[in-house]
Amino acid sequence: MMYDWTNVALETSRLRGASYADVRVMHLRQRDLTTKSGRVGTLSQSESIGLGIRVVANGAWGFASTDQLTREGVAACAAQAVAIARSSALAKKENVQLVAEGTYVDSWQGPCLKDPFEIPLETQLDLLLAADAAMREVKGVTLSESDMQFRKIDSWFASSSGSKIHQRRVISGCGIVATVFQGDAIQKRSYPNSFGGQHGLGGYELVESMDLLQHAPRVAEEAVALHSAPQCPEKTGTLILGGSQLGLQIHESIGHPIELDRVLGQEANFAGTSFLTLDKLHNLRYASPIVNVVADARIAHGPGLGSFAYDDEGVPAQCIDVIKDGEFHGYLSSRETAHLIGLPRSGGTMRTEGWNRLPMIRMTNVSILPGPWIFDNLIADTDDAILMETNRSWSIDDRRYQFQFSTEIAWEIKGGKKARMVKNPSYSGITTEFWNSCDAISNADHWVLWGTPNCGKGQPMQVMGTGHGAVPARFRNVRIGTAFSKQ
Amino acid sequence: MSPRRQQHATKRSTASAVALRPERQLHQIAATVLRLAKERGVPETEVHIDESIQALTRFANNTIHQNVAEQGMVVSIRTAVDGRTARVTTNRVEADALRAAIEDSLSLAAHQPKDSHLLPMPGKQKYRAVRRFHPATAALTAEERARAVKSACQLAEERGQVAAGIFSSGQSQSVLINSHGLSAAYRQTQSAFSITMQQGSAASWAKANEPDVRHFDPLHLAKIASEKATRAQNPVELAPGRFTVILEPAAVLDLVGFLFYDFAATAVADKRSCLSGRLGKPVFGKNITIADDAHHPDQLGAPFDGEGMPRQRIVLVDRGVVKNLVYSRRSAKQAGTKTTGHGFALPNEYGEAPLNLVVAGGNTSVDEMIASTHRGLLVTRLWYIREVDPYEKIMTGMTRDGLFLIEQGKIAHGVRNFRFNQSVLEMLRNVECLGPATRAAGEEAFEMVVPPMKIREFHFSEVTKF
Repeated sequence: MMYDWTNVALETSRLRGASYADVRVMHLRQRDLTTKSGRVGTLSQSESIGLGIRVVANGAWGFASTDQLTREGVAACAAQAVAIARSSALAKKENVQLVAEGTYVDSWQGPCLKDPFEIPLETQLDLLLAADAAMREVKGVTLSESDMQFRKIDSWFASSSGSKIHQRRVISGCGIVATVFQGDAIQKRSYPNSFGGQHGLGGYELVESMDLLQHAPRVAEEAVALHSAPQCPEKTGTLILGGSQLGLQIHESIGHPIELDRVLGQEANFAGTSFLTLDKLHNLRYASPIVNVVADARIAHGPGLGSFAYDDEGVPAQCIDVIKDGEFHGYLSSRETAHLIGLPRSGGTMRTEGWNRLPMIRMTNVSILPGPWIFDNLIADTDDAILMETNRSWSIDDRRYQFQFSTEIAWEIKGGKKARMVKNPSYSGITTEFWNSCDAISNADHWVLWGTPNCGKGQPMQVMGTGHGAVPARFRNVRIGTAFSKQ
Repeated sequence: MSPRRQQHATKRSTASAVALRPERQLHQIAATVLRLAKERGVPETEVHIDESIQALTRFANNTIHQNVAEQGMVVSIRTAVDGRTARVTTNRVEADALRAAIEDSLSLAAHQPKDSHLLPMPGKQKYRAVRRFHPATAALTAEERARAVKSACQLAEERGQVAAGIFSSGQSQSVLINSHGLSAAYRQTQSAFSITMQQGSAASWAKANEPDVRHFDPLHLAKIASEKATRAQNPVELAPGRFTVILEPAAVLDLVGFLFYDFAATAVADKRSCLSGRLGKPVFGKNITIADDAHHPDQLGAPFDGEGMPRQRIVLVDRGVVKNLVYSRRSAKQAGTKTTGHGFALPNEYGEAPLNLVVAGGNTSVDEMIASTHRGLLVTRLWYIREVDPYEKIMTGMTRDGLFLIEQGKIAHGVRNFRFNQSVLEMLRNVECLGPATRAAGEEAFEMVVPPMKIREFHFSEVTKF
């Protein structure tokens, strides 16, 4: 049935003169549950189905989408896409060219042991309310929150080259937050991560594996304890990042700068450009030699938010070396941008938020490969440092050089041991200087494929989930405490 | 088929604008939902239908590289039974799909604990009319957007610059109806032009966002960005520290915009607002007055909230003193007051927020601010703003696309971009003068009406490499 619509769209675009077209019919289902201080907050479910078609006509791009899944509606949408492409040609410089890609007919389903839409709602709400209550049992907690989010995404891709690909991805996520307002400050702690928790490709088994109940009292106690903790010192020194914070550091200072559309200036007005100009490919010491980073969309990398079988222009999932032994090695690319810089093939990173959005270059799973260190040994090897965990704020300039992060909590490391807790931790730096200061990376036992569900990019804005395999790691000579500096 | 509809049907096969459904069709769908719910024995039902037609032409490297159009409609159904409520949204409007959505909503609602504070749905309300639908915007075509973009790109090429940006236009409508007789409807158009002009390693930017596309001239905006990009050449690196700054409206918007949720009564009750414990106190300077006013002529948005209650004008800050918060029906009842018409669609955990902020302006132009500045910085735009401290409202972020040193009352030269860590509360105590308030468009906050401001001791903590 869905391929009936893609056939109508492709045939209409061909008759209207398109030289290339690809179509996505997508069916999106979502469930959102939240609690706040013992009560259900959000309780909603949604579904959306529609079709988007991207065409090249007169050598230029056009895209149109519709929720009118009738022969008339789909044909009108395809005709509109071709007409828009002809309008684009009014201000084109060169004809669009795409690198070659194979033709695929396939159907793929991501991992999902327990369909979250089939799990009784009471089971889900009971868990959230129990975790919420466990946090409020800790004296001093002024606000407790919990959330679950589930998505089921079916997409049917077809191209004028003959590909027909169906994919189903189920995404699950959950998290809890305890907030404490006391005196003249607000402190909070989150688990398993901030800003919605942990998300990944999979079913309700992901939620069960997080064991929210076990962690709820600790999270609440730490939020209370932060109020009596001393301020994080302001200094230049050694920094150890927990895995989830390193994941976001990778996202902002490696994942975004390697997007080839940014590098080529296509995002200059909004998301920004990149310091990684083309001359730096294979010619930049991005990080210290112990650092290896890949962009791996294959399911073999793990069930991440950036895992799939094919991207949204029909290119199979791949693993790209981004940083190899510290050297900058590769960009995230598409069929068009690969052609523009002379690559033989797209890296397969074109992704779309939904049927009404154009696929664009997005991170897949941009992950650091584990090092040799057992975490406890890494701490024991550190004389004086700050260990920071769980992101609180993040900001980086529009070329991805200068960044500042703050985290929810930190501890001093003194003489190889974890010492007192400190509050309001933050650090800042320049991307390449920071990554070149990395001198210890934890081993595979500590590696977690973190999910960032809220990466915004593009106009109209698209929100995409990305994956980041990360481990705790150590950095030297980092500016610490800058966010609260009075100087 | 009427001649008008025939015309649009013909246009639909070209790149021209398509039309929204007649409002009565949305009412018919809503009435179908209410009928089906009534047949099912649902005591209370709310239906919210949103239809949207949007198009956006995107350019970079002096050429169009993305050009998109979308149309869609969603039907959102909330049922309430015995203190339990849930929402289900679908974009399928056939009777079977609507019936299934009602069942799903009932099922979700039934499996939750009873909420003793859930209020019955409101009855019929009266709304003050707003006129925010402009046929010229609705009729804008892909060809017209492309021609405007082409002119901007030609200007860039003539000046040795590289242009990137967007030209968007769209139309939308909403109908909100419930089983207690409430019926609200709204439609609007919206258009935006944003341009970044790059020259070497320097860049500058200009943007407009208006319901009526005739209220801005893309080429004029391109010229502003172009001239500032030229002046931004060869930026000088300055040591970070505290500076007198002149924030253009977009920069004011993107910082002050982060305050919006702090004015929510629910946020204060939850003790996560920076205004907790500060109500009635002089938190800001005496020259700061902030209101929320959905009916302001430079605002956009429906005159009713997520439950269909009429939005009221509320003075939030009067000459520096925090005077009022905004309330949903629920938070108002808990506080013993009346709703201000700022509630989000139920169910939700956030309550409400002011979405139409208007910061009162002054009469000092940006040129006069520059002329009165011995040494300071002119800030075009801010970027990647995030909250560092929620109670002191310390925000961090970067300057972007046009930072200039002012010396002896004149713009001297471009400056390398800074990172700031600045309390918005402190900033709004340090405002030396304000310009006329205007509808401003940025990238971090939604559009609102704000003035340019001259501010002393703005804190820049670090500098980047460009």
